[in-house]
Amino acid sequence: MNIDKNLSTLKYTPDTVSHLTPNPNDCKICKNRPCVNACPAGVYEWIESEGRLLVKYENCLECGACRILCEKKSLKWEYPKGTKGVMFKRG
Amino acid sequence: MAAESENKTNVIIVGGGPAGLSAATVLARAGFEPIVIERGTFSGSKNVFGGAIYSESVKELFPDFELTAPLERNNIEHKFAILGEDDSTVISYRKKPQNSVSYSVMRGKFDRWMAEQAQKEGAILVEETVVRELITENNKVIGVRTELEDYYANIVILADGVNSLLAKQIGLRKDIEPKDAAVSVKEVLKLDKQLINERFLLNDDEGCIYELFGGSMLGKLGLGFIYTNKDSISIGLGITLDELNGTGIKPYELLEKIKEHPTIAPLIEGGEVIEYSAHLIPEGGYKKIPQLYDNGVMVVGDAAMLVNNMHWEGTNLAMLSGKIAAETAIIALTKKDFSKKFLSKYKKNLEKTFIMKDLYAYRNLMDIMHDKRKIFMDIYFKKINAFFEMFTSVNGVPKRELYRKYIWEFIKDRGFFGIISDGFAVLKLLWSVLVK
Repeated sequence: MNIDKNLSTLKYTPDTVSHLTPNPNDCKICKNRPCVNACPAGVYEWIESEGRLLVKYENCLECGACRILCEKKSLKWEYPKGTKGVMFKRG
Repeated sequence: MAAESENKTNVIIVGGGPAGLSAATVLARAGFEPIVIERGTFSGSKNVFGGAIYSESVKELFPDFELTAPLERNNIEHKFAILGEDDSTVISYRKKPQNSVSYSVMRGKFDRWMAEQAQKEGAILVEETVVRELITENNKVIGVRTELEDYYANIVILADGVNSLLAKQIGLRKDIEPKDAAVSVKEVLKLDKQLINERFLLNDDEGCIYELFGGSMLGKLGLGFIYTNKDSISIGLGITLDELNGTGIKPYELLEKIKEHPTIAPLIEGGEVIEYSAHLIPEGGYKKIPQLYDNGVMVVGDAAMLVNNMHWEGTNLAMLSGKIAAETAIIALTKKDFSKKFLSKYKKNLEKTFIMKDLYAYRNLMDIMHDKRKIFMDIYFKKINAFFEMFTSVNGVPKRELYRKYIWEFIKDRGFFGIISDGFAVLKLLWSVLVK
């Protein structure tokens, strides 16, 4: 599936700052990085060469899967501001 | 920060979904002008489900909802499809009920409609506002802190959904474990109304529900679904989060694969994706229900883990729990007693209803399914299909030979003691559902 094509069906009002803040040190030593494959919007990508987690927070569907799966329980997960984030017209 | 007295009201409800709006409607009808704080641009704009709403529960709040609510189709058929790798066995129950059992709806429209009803009754809806934390004083919840302002209330009802960060903040519950929540992904596929009617054997306003077992989720704790809307189809699946840890499986890839299954593909052929969405489903059941009340606060709906996943019930439990919490709040407001002790009536009243009785009856379900998923949801699904493959085959082999071969392979694949152990697990489940 082309996840980007699916995400393009949605209306987003992205914020300028991320509502998802992983702890970079924990991400480095995280064994499975479950956020990467569990995220239904493909928000997380591990950049091996830079040793860091890329967070495309503007694609977030605000489900919370990453927060629950975070092995180190160190992902700071908040709802975007009231006027920001995803909008489901149908849901 | 505004002074407490200026910004104080009777009841604040956090979350304008089915639970919160039901509570708001009941409180507004009693003349208490509750304030509902919703983080989305409108009610429903952050909400997702399969889905269908259950008529009985909506009727409890809005007896004439069928006249004005944005309903898609009245479900007359419920199909249970057990998908193997490339085959399937489908059981179907079809009846046009005298009174509707359920309607497919779009939450973006339905929740918004509910919000309008609550407002008509006198509830005040504050949209696009996130409650960041609860304000507490002397072990008592006294208000909420939003991005902009603090609001105070005698009672705060938490209807803030499955993630309920607020219930966690005040220690009413622990963090959800990956095995106690499923992530659901869904696509709404645009499809001509006539085509839907033909493919699902429906008239214009009639709907059909498919529950999909196995397929891309053989051996995994997950289920798929299809709902028919007026001129679109909702197809999706939910998979328990612990299935996704360290496996490299992406939820949307499972959805893509189930869409390609030979039993499913012809149903959705030509459907163009007009909306993709995702949401969490609370699946912890009875054993993971949080503390439902404390001084000045009650928890309802998904935030309270009130989901009966065996029967696809969630929004109905949300609505009814919201109603019961509101009824408790009304008495509390009349008596001016917002203590934990008084609000415990909410839980007591919830226990008298089918909500807690059902969740209790199924309390062992998820434990058993977690233990046995690789067997029940893989071997047995495949064996059901293998049975019908054998039963419908015409191949010159004597039937006795076919039966014996089937039984022998069943025993070989699962093991004699395995079958006995599975039987005991089923008996244990049945016992807890039927007896105690």
